Formats: sequence, C-alpha cells, structure tokens
Amino acid sequence: MKALRNFLDKQKPQFEKGGKLEKLHSMFDSFETLLFVPDKVTFAGAHIRDAIDMKRTMITVFVSLIPALLFGMWNVGYQHFLSLGQSPDFWTMFFYGFFKLLPIIIVTYGVGLGLEIVFAQIRNHEVNEGFFVSGLLIPMIVPADIPLWQVAIAVAFAVVFGKEVFGGTGMNIVNPALVARAFLFFAYPGNISGDKVWISDKADAFSGATPLGNALVGNFDNMPSVYDMFMGFIPGSVGETSTLMILIGAIILLITGIANWRVMVSVFVGGTVMGLLFNLWGANDYMNLPFYYHLIMGGFAFGAVFMATDPVTAAQTSKGMYYYGFLVGMIAVLIRVFNPAYPEGMMLAILLMNVFAPLIDHYVVESNIKKRLKRLKAVSN
Amino acid sequence: MSKETKEREPLFSPKNIKLITGPINLSNPITVQVLGICSALAVTAKLMPAIVMAISVMVVVAASNVLISFLRNGIPPRIRIIVQLVVIATMVILVDQVLKAFVYDVSKQLSVFVGLIITNCIIMGRLEAFAMSNKPWPAFLDGIGNSLGYGLILVVIAFVRELFGSGSLFGFPVIPQGLYDFGYVNNGLMILPPMALITVGVIIWIQRYYTRELIEDK
Repeated sequence: MKALRNFLDKQKPQFEKGGKLEKLHSMFDSFETLLFVPDKVTFAGAHIRDAIDMKRTMITVFVSLIPALLFGMWNVGYQHFLSLGQSPDFWTMFFYGFFKLLPIIIVTYGVGLGLEIVFAQIRNHEVNEGFFVSGLLIPMIVPADIPLWQVAIAVAFAVVFGKEVFGGTGMNIVNPALVARAFLFFAYPGNISGDKVWISDKADAFSGATPLGNALVGNFDNMPSVYDMFMGFIPGSVGETSTLMILIGAIILLITGIANWRVMVSVFVGGTVMGLLFNLWGANDYMNLPFYYHLIMGGFAFGAVFMATDPVTAAQTSKGMYYYGFLVGMIAVLIRVFNPAYPEGMMLAILLMNVFAPLIDHYVVESNIKKRLKRLKAVSN
Repeated sequence: MSKETKEREPLFSPKNIKLITGPINLSNPITVQVLGICSALAVTAKLMPAIVMAISVMVVVAASNVLISFLRNGIPPRIRIIVQLVVIATMVILVDQVLKAFVYDVSKQLSVFVGLIITNCIIMGRLEAFAMSNKPWPAFLDGIGNSLGYGLILVVIAFVRELFGSGSLFGFPVIPQGLYDFGYVNNGLMILPPMALITVGVIIWIQRYYTRELIEDK
C-alpha cells in the first residue's frame, strides 16, 4: 500500500500544471481518488464535517444494487437454458449470464467515464463519481442481448445530453440511466421491445414474452405465478425481474438513509391506488388484473427503489416527495394499461415526473411561504 | 441642391451585403433569434422536403418584404399586422399552388406545413422589424438573407436526420448494405421531432463555441 502511495506521489508532478502529461490530469486524479481518500479539506467558512460524501453515497447505492445484479446474471442463464429445455447446474447458469453482462458493463463504464473525463478536463473540474451508479444501472435495465454499439451510443447520448449539457453531476434534470434506456427504446425498438429480446439466444419455439408483454396483448393465461414474478424467474431486463432482490437493496438504501423512504413508499402507494381504481372500473381484463401484479412485474419495483429516489432528479421537499412519488406510481400503471405502444410505463413515468419535480417543489415552497405569512398576520393582528 | 448630388448607394454596398451575411451566422433566425423552430422540427426528417420548404420560405419572405416595403408609407399603423398577413397569405397560397402543380409528391409530404408558413415567426418578424422601415431593395436582401440562414439550418438538420434516421440522402440509400448485415440499425429516434430539437441544440452549441460575439456576459 505504501509503495503504491509513493509511486503515485512520484508520478504526480507530471500531471500538475506545467507537467508533461497535464492533459491527462483528470484521468490521474480520478485514478488516485479511486485508490486513496483525497487529502483535500474545506478550509474557509462554516461547514459541517460528516463521514458522508458523494463517494460514500455512490458506493452504498452500488452495494444495494449487487443482489439484484447477481440474481440478474443467474436469471439470464436460467432463462436461456430453460428456453433450450436444459437445466445445468447453478454455476453454469450464473457464468453464462456473467459473461453476457460483463461486456455491457465494460462498454458502459468505458464510454461513460471516458466522456466524463473529457468534459472534466475541458471544464477544469475534477472527475467526480457521478457516473459510478448510472454505469451500473444502465446494464441492469437493458436486455442481455443488446448490441454493444447501441449501448455505447445510448450511454454517450445520456452522458452528454442527459447530464453534461446541464452542467454535470448534480445539475441534471432527468435521470441519465433512464435517458440511456429511453434513447435505446425509441431509437432501436427492435432490440429492446417485443417478445424476442428478453431471453438471450432463446430457442425459437419458446415464448419469450415478459409478463407485461403478455398482459398488453391480453394473453392472461400465460401469466407466470405471483411467486415466480416476486422471486424473479421471469424474462425481462437484467436487473429488474426479482422484486425480492430489489427489496433487499431497498432495505440497504433505507437503513443507510441514502434513499428517501417518502419517495419509495409513495411510488408503491401510487401504483397500488391506480391498480385498485382500475379494479373498480374493470372495463377489460388488464384493468381487472390484481393491483399487486403491477408492483411485481416489469420494472416497477426497480424504478421505484433505484430510479425514482435519485436525489438529484426527484423532488427535494418532503411534501413534494409524496406528490412526486405518488404520481410516478400512478402514471406508470396508467401508461401500462392504456397505452398499447408502451408495455412498460415506469421509465416514461419517472422521466416525466423528473421534469415536473422542480415545479412540485416550487409550489410546495410557495404554499409554505403563504401559510407562514398567514400565521404571521394572525399573530400581529 | 446638395441633396440631389448625393451619390446613390451601390446595389451591393457593404451595408447591403451585411443584410445577407448577417442572418446566416450572427443573427441566424433559428439558432440566435430562435424563430421558426416549429417548421424546423416538422419538415426536417428528410432532405427533400426541407429544401423545398427552405425555398418556399425564401420566396415568401423576399416577395412579401418587397411588397410591404413598397406599401410601407401607405399602411396605417393600426392595421399594419392585418395588411402584412394579407400579403403573406397571398404569397403562401401562390407558393402552395406552384408546389402542387410541379412537385406534387413533395407537396404532399409537406402537407399542412406549406400553409403554415403563414405562421412562421420569421416572416412576420422580418416584415415588422425590417420591411416596414426600409426601402424595397434592402428589404429584398434582408428577406433573402434571413431565409438563407433559415434554410441552411434546415438543410443541416435534415442531412443529419435523414442520414442517421433513414440511412439515405434525398431518398437514395447511402449507408452500405454491409453495415446492415453487420448489425447496424437505423436510429428511430432521429425520425422523431425531439431529435430535431436536440440537433438544433447541438448546432447552437457549436456555433457559440466558434463565435465569441454570441457568448453572453456572465
């Protein structure tokens, strides 16, 4: 460890201003802070010292994603061999998915971090950990067979137009991981929707429709059991099938206080309320689907736990979080049931509410000001 | 009389040239004045309609600029908008009929957007801002300049969108079949209007990067 430190210290002058490799300063910086805690501290003005910083926040989210990721890898293999009618042992299935997913993860991080470093260098910023979580989220919300060049383009689009044009990490209006998925969804629908893509290299005769796909075409006899959907033994995007694993991640996020429970809970409440409303209406089979189906199929749980709670793009005020989350849940179910073109509404619902989050905050703050002014008047009278 | 001996301004004096070159870059109607965005999004999925649209707008702006400039001293200020609209509408109908007569296919592709040239903010803007207070010849040049700036952006957007969205230019496939065999797929998002808006954004980005005059003070 000491030797590594010494080595880095020796190399450092080369990367500082006037050094030979000044142009690679950002890259060196990011590499160094990845290995060691930076020695920079705030020195002026009032500030609070806390153990939490962006790096710790990001790594916690990262850890909370791991159960879903590992399960997703296994499930990719499981679905593949199931469609072929084989059932090899656990590790064969796991490694099948692992090697399917690894290139996607590498491409995502390579393109994303590369662009981040370029932008940081141009702007004289330090490279920050902003892409750390997005880079893991993106491989988890795409099908395992997605062509890598499409991933690369989508990631580049998301990093540049979802984040950097607004000023970088913390300034973005919409969730960059979802921008990448939305880009794929609209640009290359053939590779990310329909019933052919969700199982990697599936046998032709095997139906690869997701529960959402089945529900959309009214094929309710082919719906998997509630147990299968909750555990995640269903075709779908890599990380989103298992509600159980997502809930484990949710518990990690809530205990550490990284994600806000208000958003998470209200998304589920919103989905439930909308599902129940549809049950009451009951005009067709999809509306009659029990409300809890909506919470466990498709990306609902994944979006609610990992996407909607993104502290940058969600509403900031406590009251606003309730409205924000509730509307995300409602709109997601609404799109699922009503829009025949989009089987999954979660992505669009979160993106839409991301855009409205500042507006919600604005009205919450305004109403608070009004309330306090009224109180002031009552006292002074 | 000293006034009569005053030299006549040459047709292409530096000031007049500026009327044409200015709107192409420094006061581009789309990227700087942000006018005419709606049609820039609507007709730029393919190159052909974009070019026809650019030419139509050029004819309409130039002709109405000249007409209004001739009429400018006779128009009562209170009804000037109505008069301008009548002139624009006349020109638009003429253009529409010509398109229908000679390039029917493109005219069908452009559908309502030819008629909607009348609502193109650039035209009203030029009539109000320039033709109402300038002589016919400068007004004509101003119209040509602005529609060139507009058309340039339209063509650039349409080029990008048709190339990546449909893999063709002017309807001819240009992306080699080998690439498709290799797994390349046309970008469906390029066909949709949001991508046109993002393309406009990128053009503005590049333009501001190279044109220091356009960068606002912080």
